Amino acid sequence: MSLSKRQRTRVIRGSQYALLAAIVAVVALVADWGQLRRAFFDVGIARELFPGILATALVNTVLYTLLGFGFGLVLGLILALMRLSSVPPYRWIAVTYIEFFRGVPALLVFIALGFGVPLAFEVALDQYVTVMLSLGLVGAAYMAETIRAGILAVPKGQTEAARSLGMSHGRAMVSIVIPQAFRIVLPPLTNELILLTKDSSLVYLLGLSLGQYELANFGRDALNEYKSLTPILVAGLLYLVITLPLGHLVRRLEARTAKAR
Amino acid sequence: MATDKVSAPYSRAIEVSGLHKSFGALEVLKGIDFSVGRGEVVCVIGPSGSGKSTLLRCVNLLEEPTAGKVTVAGTEVTHPDVDIDRVRRRIGMVFQSFNLFPHLTALENLTIAQRRVLRRDKTGADKVARANLARVGLSDKEDSYPAQLSGGQQQRVAIARALSMEPELMLFDEPTSALDPELVGDVLAVMRSLADEGMTMLVVTHEMSFAREVADRVVFMDGGVIVEEGSPERVVGDPQHERTRTFLARVLDPAAAEVGEVPDTGPSGKRVDR
Repeated sequence: MSLSKRQRTRVIRGSQYALLAAIVAVVALVADWGQLRRAFFDVGIARELFPGILATALVNTVLYTLLGFGFGLVLGLILALMRLSSVPPYRWIAVTYIEFFRGVPALLVFIALGFGVPLAFEVALDQYVTVMLSLGLVGAAYMAETIRAGILAVPKGQTEAARSLGMSHGRAMVSIVIPQAFRIVLPPLTNELILLTKDSSLVYLLGLSLGQYELANFGRDALNEYKSLTPILVAGLLYLVITLPLGHLVRRLEARTAKAR
Repeated sequence: MATDKVSAPYSRAIEVSGLHKSFGALEVLKGIDFSVGRGEVVCVIGPSGSGKSTLLRCVNLLEEPTAGKVTVAGTEVTHPDVDIDRVRRRIGMVFQSFNLFPHLTALENLTIAQRRVLRRDKTGADKVARANLARVGLSDKEDSYPAQLSGGQQQRVAIARALSMEPELMLFDEPTSALDPELVGDVLAVMRSLADEGMTMLVVTHEMSFAREVADRVVFMDGGVIVEEGSPERVVGDPQHERTRTFLARVLDPAAAEVGEVPDTGPSGKRVDR
C-alpha cells in the first residue's frame, strides 16, 4: 500500500480526531452528569454566593493585591537603586534581600508575619498591614530585579544628554531614566501583579474575620457550608475575571513595546 | 572654590592643556593643547578612533581626563572642587545619536532642564522653548514625540534643547553622521545660522564643506594628537602633513581611496574610543 505524503498526513489527522471523539463519547456516557453538576455547578448555590462573593471576597482580593503591589513596587524600586549603587554595601544588602525573598516560599513569609511577629514582639498587626507587608516583601524581590533590568535597558545616551544639560545624577534618574525604565518594564510588572493576585490567597492562613474574607477564603468557607465544589469553581472563575484581562493587557503592552523599537 | 570664578570675565571659551585620556591600557588622547576663543567656530576633523569625540567629551567632563587641565568659560572643570553640574548648564551639547528624551514631547524636551535645573517657571520655560523651536524651524512640532520626527528634525530639536539653557558655547559631536544624506542640510543650516549669530562652537564633523565654509579654524587629529590646525583654507585646502592629505583624500573622494587602508570615517566604527 502506498500512500502519498499528503494522504498519510490526512489519515493521521483523521485518526486523531477519531480518538478525541471516542474519548468524549466515553466520558459523556460514563460520567454521572447529575452528580457532577451538583458538585461543581449547582446554580442554586452559586446564586446564594452572590453578592457576598463580589462585595466582600472579590473586593478584598483586589485590595490585598493592590496593597501588596504598591508596597512591593516602592520597596522594589529602592532595592533596584541600591542594587545599582556605587556603594558596595548597598549592593550587598540588596542582593541578599533579593536572593532570600525569591528563594523562600511566600507561605513562610505569611506565617512569619502573621504568627511569628505578633508572638515574638507582642504586637498585633492589622490584617491588611500583614497582607501588605507579606505580599510586598516577596513581590519587591521580583520587582527589584525587573526594575533594575529596565533601568539598565535605558540607553546610556539618555543619562549623558541629561547630565550635559546640567542635571545631577539623581535628577537625571528621577526625570529621565526611571520614567523610561518603567515604560520598558510595564509588561513584566503587570505579570507580577497577576502573580500577586493569586498569592493573595495565602492570606487564607491568617484566620480572618468575615469582612476580611477574600476569594479563596470565601470559597473554602462556602464549601464547608454547602458541601459542594461550586463555591470553589465560582471563586476560581472570579480570579480569572481579574487575571485574564491583565494577561491580555500584558500582551498588548508587549506588542506596543515591540512596535516602538 | 572653583565655582566662584563662574562670572569672572574670560577670553578663551575653552582652554585645554596637556590633556591625556586612557581607557584601560588604550591611550586615546596623548597630550592635547588647544583652545577656542569666544565666538570662534572650530571644527575638529580626523579619522575614526583619532580621539576627537573623546576630546569633545572631556570638555564637559562626560569623560574624566586621565591627566591635564581643561578650562571652560573661565572655570577649570578638571579642578577637584568644581561643581560640574553648574558648568554643564553653560555648555550646550549635541550628540550624534540625538539622545532626545523619548517619553517627552519636543516642547517638554526643551523645558525639562530649564525647569528642573534653572528653576524657571512653566510660562517662562515654555516661552524660551517655543522661541528656540522657532529658531530651528520646528514650531509646528512642539507636541510631537521624538519617535514621530525624522532624524533631521530630531537633531534640530536636540540643538534647540541645548540652546534653551542659553549656553555660552556649544559642543557638537558628529551631529550629522547618523542622518540620511538628504536630511543633513537642514541641520547644517541651523548650525550655520548659530555660527553667524556669534555662538562659540566646537564641532567634531566629517562635513568638509561645512568646515570649509563656516569654521574659523580647523583642527586635524590623528592617533590621539593634534597633527595640524589652522584656517580652513590652510588645513583643508593646503594641508601640510601627509596624514592630513591622506585623510582628506579619503573623505573628499572615498572612491579614490584604494590605498590599502579601510576608509573608516563612517559613523559605524566610531565608538572605538569608548
